[in-house]
Amino acid sequence: MPVVDGSQIERVFREEYGRAVAVLVRAFGDIDLAEEAVQDAFTVAVQRWPSTGLPPSPAGWIVTTARNRAIDRFRREASRDDRHAQAALLHSQSGPAHEGPVGDDMLRLIFTCCHPALAASAQVALTLRLLGGLTTTEIARAFLVPEPTMAQRLVRAKAKISAAKIPYRVPGESELPGRLRAVLSVIYLIFNEGYTASSGDRLIRQDLCAEAIRLGRLLAGLMPDEPEVMGLLALMLLTDSRRAARIGPDGALVLLAAQDRSIWNRELIAEGQAIVRACLRRNQPGPYQVQAAINAVHRAARTAAATDWRQIVALYDQLLALTSNPVVALNRAVAVAEIDGPLAALALVDVLELENYHLFHAIRADLLVRAGRTSEAEDEYDAAIRLTTNAAERAFLERGRQALS
Amino acid sequence: MQQYMLTVHSVEGSPALSAQAREKVYRDVDAFNAELRTSGAWVFAGGLHPANTATVVRVREGELLMTDGPFAEGKEHVGGFWVIAAPDLDAAMAWAAKATQACDAPVEVRPFHDIPPE
Repeated sequence: MPVVDGSQIERVFREEYGRAVAVLVRAFGDIDLAEEAVQDAFTVAVQRWPSTGLPPSPAGWIVTTARNRAIDRFRREASRDDRHAQAALLHSQSGPAHEGPVGDDMLRLIFTCCHPALAASAQVALTLRLLGGLTTTEIARAFLVPEPTMAQRLVRAKAKISAAKIPYRVPGESELPGRLRAVLSVIYLIFNEGYTASSGDRLIRQDLCAEAIRLGRLLAGLMPDEPEVMGLLALMLLTDSRRAARIGPDGALVLLAAQDRSIWNRELIAEGQAIVRACLRRNQPGPYQVQAAINAVHRAARTAAATDWRQIVALYDQLLALTSNPVVALNRAVAVAEIDGPLAALALVDVLELENYHLFHAIRADLLVRAGRTSEAEDEYDAAIRLTTNAAERAFLERGRQALS
Repeated sequence: MQQYMLTVHSVEGSPALSAQAREKVYRDVDAFNAELRTSGAWVFAGGLHPANTATVVRVREGELLMTDGPFAEGKEHVGGFWVIAAPDLDAAMAWAAKATQACDAPVEVRPFHDIPPE
């Protein structure tokens, strides 16, 4: 008999939790019931699988067990709310006859979790909870929020979905672009929260990146014809590829130019670049695709000096035309500095209204140092250090500041 | 069908609309109401006189107490509302989007509790 250990069950849980919840929400129309039933099913699995071995289809087993558990629960509660229970039971039994592909259920659940009637913080929490199977404790720790606050956020969001009847449906064509943007920004927010961990439990933070990439892959599988879905996945893969090189042994941030490129993750780079090439062929550019393309150009350079800066500036021009965001203009100026020198870049940076953004000051400091204007650079370092909340960034900036005096 | 209340919020002391703009709001709201009725989403609607015409009544220590003026102390008051029937929040939001454009003011969408079975 095959031995099933905890890590195998854990893997099934990670891969199948969201899918099972999505199927059960469609069958019963009740998120809480779906979650409880799927959790019940995994509790049974943990007890049973070590002695019976994995069933032939663990995913199917979980869904069937969860469905039976949900029906049991309804029967038990039938006397309390008879009409409702009977109706739901009928609904669930008629379910399999017109059951669409499971992927459609997951897509519905993603759009429900990221509905614009929910606050962004609630969208993120619900997505991690229902699709990622993260516990409330894990989500609270990842976002540095007290657990009762996170629990309340989830309860409120689910209550609003139920009371206001937020639909469990993939939006129609006319609404899709706007609604999809909300989904992509939730996934990217989860990724960035993990990538630019300011403090807190680092391992859990790295889990967030992995979870965001998993969700990105899931969405890419479900909506392969949406270029921005592919663009976001490529952007996350290419960004994540240099994680190991990003923080030095002393815990300080290592800038792109100084990173040890031999420890970049080649598999992630190859996958990300292949997606970027496919996007270029499709030629329907969007902000995520262009950001992915910028990353792809960086990854293609064997050394920092070999970077094709003209290509990068051209991509930033395209991104600015799509988004007109001052942070994009700031990053474009950094690329301009590599071609036309620090003074040309400073002229571009000085007109941006980003006084409260620490990287605005960090980049000005660097450009001023390169232009030989040391005393002005010191002030900019001080401003950047004051504004950053990230320990690795602060360590980096303090070292730059000390090098001046 | 779920019922939703679409509440129009008006801010006290905001500049009065020109006669022309007011006429346009009336026309647009009439057209919106007609569309609600034709589609079957209409339940009820009404515009309210200004908040200074309101009276609040409450019971304090067993006695009925009446006070002049609105309950909410802020400058924002309910100016009118619709009650509509819609299959889900997306459908209700689509009506609310038309409502806010017609009445030229922010519209709050809130679900009613389920109507108890008769």
